[in-house]
Amino acid sequence: MADLTSSFIGIKSPNPFWLASAPPTDKEYNVVRAFQAGWGGVVWKTLGSEGPPVVNVSGPRYGAVWGADRRLLGLNNIELITDRPLEVNLQEIKSVKRAWKDRALVISLMVPCDEDSWKDILKRIEDTEADGVELNFGCPHGMAERGMGSAVGQVPEYIEMVTRWVKKHSRMPCIVKLTPNISDIRRPAEAAKRGGADAVSLINTINSITSVNLDDFSPEPMIDGKGTHGGYCGPAVKPIALNMVAEIARNAETHGLPISGIGGVTTWRDAAEFMALGAGNVQVCTAAMTYGFKIVQEMISGLSDYMDRKGFTSTADLVGRAVPNVTDWQYLNLNYVTKAQISQADCIQCGRCYAACEDTSHQAIAMSPDRVFTVKDEECVACNLCVNVCPVENCITMVPMQKGVVDPRTGRKVGDYANWTTHPNNPMSVKAAE
Amino acid sequence: MPNSQLTPGIVPGRLPATAYDRNFDDHLPALDAHEARVAADRCYFCHDAPCVTACPTDIDIPLFIRQIATGTPEAAARTIWTQNILGGMCARVCPTETLCEEACVRQTAEGKPVEIGLLQRHATDVAMASNRHPFSRGPATGKSVAVVGAGPAGLACAHRLAMKGHEVTVFERRPKPGGLNEYGIASYKAAGGFAAREVDWLLQIGGITVKCGVELGRDLTLADLQRDFDAVFLGIGLQGVNALRAEGEDLPGVANAVDFIADLRQSSDLSKLPVGRDVVVIGGGMTAVDAAVQSKLLGAETVTIVYRRGPEKMAASGYEQDHALQAGVRIIHNAAPFRVTGNGRVEAVDFAYTEDGPDGLKLLDEGFTLKADQVFKAIGQTLTGVPEGVMVAGGKIAATPARVWAGGDCAAGGEDLTVTAVAEGRDAAEAIHAFLTGA
Repeated sequence: MADLTSSFIGIKSPNPFWLASAPPTDKEYNVVRAFQAGWGGVVWKTLGSEGPPVVNVSGPRYGAVWGADRRLLGLNNIELITDRPLEVNLQEIKSVKRAWKDRALVISLMVPCDEDSWKDILKRIEDTEADGVELNFGCPHGMAERGMGSAVGQVPEYIEMVTRWVKKHSRMPCIVKLTPNISDIRRPAEAAKRGGADAVSLINTINSITSVNLDDFSPEPMIDGKGTHGGYCGPAVKPIALNMVAEIARNAETHGLPISGIGGVTTWRDAAEFMALGAGNVQVCTAAMTYGFKIVQEMISGLSDYMDRKGFTSTADLVGRAVPNVTDWQYLNLNYVTKAQISQADCIQCGRCYAACEDTSHQAIAMSPDRVFTVKDEECVACNLCVNVCPVENCITMVPMQKGVVDPRTGRKVGDYANWTTHPNNPMSVKAAE
Repeated sequence: MPNSQLTPGIVPGRLPATAYDRNFDDHLPALDAHEARVAADRCYFCHDAPCVTACPTDIDIPLFIRQIATGTPEAAARTIWTQNILGGMCARVCPTETLCEEACVRQTAEGKPVEIGLLQRHATDVAMASNRHPFSRGPATGKSVAVVGAGPAGLACAHRLAMKGHEVTVFERRPKPGGLNEYGIASYKAAGGFAAREVDWLLQIGGITVKCGVELGRDLTLADLQRDFDAVFLGIGLQGVNALRAEGEDLPGVANAVDFIADLRQSSDLSKLPVGRDVVVIGGGMTAVDAAVQSKLLGAETVTIVYRRGPEKMAASGYEQDHALQAGVRIIHNAAPFRVTGNGRVEAVDFAYTEDGPDGLKLLDEGFTLKADQVFKAIGQTLTGVPEGVMVAGGKIAATPARVWAGGDCAAGGEDLTVTAVAEGRDAAEAIHAFLTGA
């Protein structure tokens, strides 16, 4: 069994699976159950300033997007930061950390954007013996209206400023949690790095309305006839998160900055994908909220088996392994030619590939009167849509053409690597490609 | 002493009073809304879908399933009824395992087709519960059409004609409309008086007058109808029953399976319906299975279907045969009856084994005897009561005089299935409409 122990910015945990700052980590009771189930660490639900705690709505605070069998595909929420007194949280954090020394325990923080507020909260958490802090610059609902959460995360200068205060007033490792509700994720990551952050974590939730009630004409979840945008998470957001993690991992300014990957991690495979794109560990929320804490056991066995199969002896062997293969479009090999190939033995003759290609693509699939579907190589541009809509796994595959063979579509021989930067059609083409 | 399964002879009340409702309830419970949505999600929405090709009424199956999946079962029902106005009954009685579901690509892929029949039933049940008939009559044409037989073919024809604005009169020889839906199908396939409910719902379109207890040839002639109506549709079904051609088949205790099924369907108290202790059913079709299974459900101790050829030749599908076996019916293949014996009433049937060769069926010397106090003949129905001027070939109506059309089991073309009858009735209505309007 592979060694899953993880050291993320010096914070040790028996595995790279942490629970993200969210409802599952709001109380000692929940966190103890999570540790009993096997979670490697938690980021405690965001604490605010001392004083009267925030107030949550008493109507529904989650909305959902379901598949046909009510499989939860996406979840959104309008819950605020912890609504329990600061002192209670601090006592519980201390008690948990004492009892579970081998697990990571990081505290998420969100206080108003002035130095005194941050200095004060950092002082208050000092003797909890927590392993680090995570700055919540991500939550897009409620607190953002009060100038916190994503309101900070959307302004790189604020991120840098607050991170600097935190590093100045605390010796704890500092993770900056980023909002995806921004046009270029690299800018806030760079700001966090300039401010002295030890790591970034992403993504926080995405501004969203999950559905509209077509009888009451209100967004869901509906509070007394009204709704507001909430933060979207769960399996549906994973592709967005993967891209943002990769962007930071391959950006020259932020390359090497540790990343805690968040966003729709549901299985060991999701976690492995985040790690391959540069995440040192992952944080999970929706999957635990959907299935309970036990899912971590599948994540542990799955990642371990995968690493064994690959001969990886530590998670470090996996982290960042796919980053060099994330590139810009302009560097893709334009002489890489593939053709769809339909395995007649596996084909169940549903005709979805035909409908997709004939109606919406390149008319490159032929259908015989007895429902045999074949690819017309002279029309196939290798778009992959037939593969994507085929209900049978591996029935349609993309077969690369060998170098020197004539592509019947273009009449040209398959050549060596060449990309857009040197392509004759490119008005900006340069003589020597990268 | 009350009767039991062991009481000799043909007697009622073999089971405790509470057993009947349970035994004759819906044998395939309906899908609820969530189950339907999950089942619908399995449909791949095939291009030029094989299931549609396999459906005699060409229902747009992928479309109606998608309409269920998106939470609009009433729209799904409209899609079904546009092609098949008896879609509710067909959802219950169609041998889907040899039609749409056999063609389903998921049958090819994993041996588990999309549950098209159950989904069709879900949509039509939900829509019928609203009791809003989804079609309305076209502007009156002033033309009138006589429909003979209120079975699936006649009803489908009448409804389509009414939609087109024609005035329709349906003549039915039995006391109730519905044909085989009402009289010829096992109770547990159409529980809760479904056949009658469906007819009432169908007639909501208006413009259709049903006259029951009127028989062609007895109460009126084809010439009368040709005189009084602009067009005539014959959907008279197959009213005769084939004989066993075995010695002793006139003994008391030997009956037609179709009559037994009809009596059972019309019985208001099944505990009063007599059934034998040892029942033998001769035949290999759906009627044989329906009679055998229901005999068992009424409390017969042993029920045996004997069919003269092998299982693959049986008109009852594999699914139906399994259903019979699960109900406790024994099926013997490759044997034919040659003598019914008994002292004043049937006591046993003598069978010879058969060999099905290139020269046809041959009776072998070897055989066996089955104890029987009730024997049902289910070896096929025959066309009778064909009016003068109508040409018969191969046991079916092959040609009709001018302004007369025919469809359903009585007419040539297609299998003898409810769904085929509906298709033929509907298409005849379209042809009649084209004729009457000069289209």
